[in-house]
Amino acid sequence: MTTISSFAPKTRRNVELALLLLAVGIVVLAYVDVSLSVSGTFPPDLATHGAGLLAISLAFHLLLRWRAAYADPLLLPIVTLLNGLGLVMIHRLDLAHGRTLAEGLALKQLTWSALAVAIAAAVLFLVRDHRTLRRYTFTAAVVAFLLLVLPLVPGIGRSVYGSRIWIGLGPFTFQPGEVAKIALAVFFAGYLVQTRDALSLAGRKIVGLTLPRARDLGPILVAWVLSLLVLVFETDLGSSLLLFGLFVCMLYVATERISWIAIGLALFSAGAYLAFLVFGHVQARVHLWLDPFAPGQSDQIAKGLMGMAAGGLLGTGLGRGRPDLTYFAESDFIVPSFGEEIGLVGLFALLMLYVLLVERGLRTALGVRDGFGKLLATGLAFSVALQCFVVVGGVTRVIPLTGLTMPFLSYGGSSLLANWSLVAILLRISDQARRPVIDPVQGARSPGEAKTELVSMR
Amino acid sequence: MNAPIRRMSVVVALLFTALLISSTFIQVVQAKSLQERPGNRRTLLANYARERGQILVDGRPVAKSTATKDELKWLRTYPQGELYAHVTGFYSFTYGAGGGIEGAEDSLLSGASDKLFYRRVSDILTGKDQTGASLELTLNPKAQAAADKALGNQRGAVVALDPSTGEILALVSHPTYDPSVLSSHNTTKVTTAWKKLNADQARPMVDRAIAGNLYPPGSTFKIVTSAAALESGKFTEESRIPGPATLKLPQTSTPLPNDDRQPCGPDGKTSLTHALEISCNTAFGWLGLQLGAKDLVDQASKFGIGDRLAIPMTVTPSTIPSNLDPPSLAQSAIGQRDVRVTPLQVAMISAAVANRGVVMMPHLVKKVTSSELEVLDEPEPRELSHAVSTDTATALTRMMQKVVESGTGTAAQIPGIDVAGKTGTAQHAVGQAPHAWFTGFAPAVDAKVAVAVVVEDGGNAGNEAVGGRVAAPIAKAVMEAVLGR
Repeated sequence: MTTISSFAPKTRRNVELALLLLAVGIVVLAYVDVSLSVSGTFPPDLATHGAGLLAISLAFHLLLRWRAAYADPLLLPIVTLLNGLGLVMIHRLDLAHGRTLAEGLALKQLTWSALAVAIAAAVLFLVRDHRTLRRYTFTAAVVAFLLLVLPLVPGIGRSVYGSRIWIGLGPFTFQPGEVAKIALAVFFAGYLVQTRDALSLAGRKIVGLTLPRARDLGPILVAWVLSLLVLVFETDLGSSLLLFGLFVCMLYVATERISWIAIGLALFSAGAYLAFLVFGHVQARVHLWLDPFAPGQSDQIAKGLMGMAAGGLLGTGLGRGRPDLTYFAESDFIVPSFGEEIGLVGLFALLMLYVLLVERGLRTALGVRDGFGKLLATGLAFSVALQCFVVVGGVTRVIPLTGLTMPFLSYGGSSLLANWSLVAILLRISDQARRPVIDPVQGARSPGEAKTELVSMR
Repeated sequence: MNAPIRRMSVVVALLFTALLISSTFIQVVQAKSLQERPGNRRTLLANYARERGQILVDGRPVAKSTATKDELKWLRTYPQGELYAHVTGFYSFTYGAGGGIEGAEDSLLSGASDKLFYRRVSDILTGKDQTGASLELTLNPKAQAAADKALGNQRGAVVALDPSTGEILALVSHPTYDPSVLSSHNTTKVTTAWKKLNADQARPMVDRAIAGNLYPPGSTFKIVTSAAALESGKFTEESRIPGPATLKLPQTSTPLPNDDRQPCGPDGKTSLTHALEISCNTAFGWLGLQLGAKDLVDQASKFGIGDRLAIPMTVTPSTIPSNLDPPSLAQSAIGQRDVRVTPLQVAMISAAVANRGVVMMPHLVKKVTSSELEVLDEPEPRELSHAVSTDTATALTRMMQKVVESGTGTAAQIPGIDVAGKTGTAQHAVGQAPHAWFTGFAPAVDAKVAVAVVVEDGGNAGNEAVGGRVAAPIAKAVMEAVLGR
């Protein structure tokens, strides 16, 4: 043990604690704001709810101190804030619909949040080193495949509002695609780290692009077919885009070859266009996207747009708008709900939280020393970014509307479980990334190895 | 692998930039048009959540909001619904705000107008309930009531103006309706009433005074022709002009006859004054041909024909074709053929003559006040155009006084007061009784009121209608009400 304390790497756990208190504070303020706006009184259950949220997040914080002391200090406060604000909005919509606390969605979401945090804690606890996940590369592939096709199995699959991306087991419904996202990221990372040399070096150069050999095209074709199957049979452009985008991103990071992105985009565009020509439901989505106000079709996008317009720059204030007039205001359309009540300014702040989350994930990828970790962290972080893009882009008419949920904000257990676990894995990788090379836990390494990189943001 | 990861962060930045742009576009750029989209329940509910401003006539509300217990917190009521229907318009949850001030000044009444921005901010800061602005109208309740009573059950319209300011003193259109039935919170009742009103052949919701089907002005247009003649410098009020029993028109075999098939004077000649006094068709047809299409059309547009006005309700522009061939020109000069006007426009012509040739901008809103009676806006009288010179206006006044003294408009005489006016009987369709017109002002010097009356299809007099008998008494009643007789 050295005694040179000035070189001791900082864990930044105290920064995390401070930010966590700030996050819980903001959520409590928002909760009070809603109550004051709607009923003019302080919420009677403020103390218990506030303390509950604080206890859950502090428990996770303590686990990090114990098991992943060097983990990124921003991730936990960000997701706590997002999860908490989502709860406030869902509670606010419960009030608007006249649902009591017991029958409301907020309590269910709170239960799911607690469960999701518990599972994330378990993931963090059980996976001591993210590299162990590499052993399950092909298991992950099988799991992901099964999860993706489950909604198509008769008897289990449920078609909810046109998208067949749900499974129902008794009273529970579950969106397996959310979990498949993580399994796929693990599989892609494991697979690409093995094959990246073949994929990146072999090939011939045509007009500046190094095209891969035909036999190396196999995996991307498989991913393409799978994503098209999701698009066509589950009617879900969002999942399809997410899955394929994730793969192309990780393929590019593994091989550093732009040609993969070009091939991927071309394949996806061609496939999506074919699906548009052949399938009526895809056409309907596209028409709704191009003209949300045309008569004779769903007015859900129109309602969302009107909600956002009502919010304007500064919003109506929490509890003072009418987000309950929008369909799925607590799930797919939770972003317009926020846009209406906290305005464009608030919406920007929310999006920036996601940007921070993704950026910390990518920074983790830069910092971690093994290829598998780099790929996995990139994949997980990028999947969050892509999912935000698909959801918010869908409601703000950047792309056609799809049935995905906003990570951490939207109502839905499967989404919470998956995304908290995703963050747990990111925390685990970031712990590895920021941990000093000579580590009493990991044992001494040769001093010649790469040090923790200091990354500058451009 | 670090370089592509860094590039992926750029991709992420681009993705989120797209979202920032799209949400900015929706919440800032498109926000207003999205909020004003028909069927935007949020906007409607937000409007109902605020107390809507009152519409006042002489300090008393003709439209006001009263608090209710249902989801729509305020109910709009119209204390004298039928009398002011076309002025107030209606405010309906199902059909929106429309048909009058309610529609034209919706944003002021609802409090959403940008003019109320500072008021709103201070309300937010002080935590006060937001309310819309109230509008005080220029209407004279006595004139409005007199016009309504005199028009009775006949279809038609009455407009009265203050010639020197352009303030609208009376605005009546018959048949009328009760806007209260449309502002009810009982949606079934409202829908039934709406359908019934729209199916009604007599079209009670149309404001005939400003935006009904335009009417041919008939002989009231002879004021414009006279004005053009005097302004041309070629004629005076004493000029002798031909007034035969029938006037032969160039390029057509159809001549222009006088209604009584008699010449307008000995030897088929008459003075300009006498021609107006007895409403001589052939003399004015001849004048039109002498003046030419350009002079006549120019004079008409100087009086405001063709202008788009908002009082603040949109006024349908009156029209006169600019490419008149000689037969059309002669017929247009007596207010037939393709000339089409609103009663408001005809009132503006009289008002211009009364106001030394200056047309004032007609307007209905006198004052905009906040809920604390703080004056937010008080429009100044505004000149719209100079129609004729002061001399021409004085001559026209003398000519129009003759009409009421001893011509076709004697029914408009008010004892002790000099009244100037002109009658009109406008044929508009074969087999239908002509519309009866009267327009004029009083007193002849320093006029306090100018008025225009149209009674569709001759009203209760039917085919016997001449403007002098049917419309002039209505105008007299309105002028008396304003002058306090």
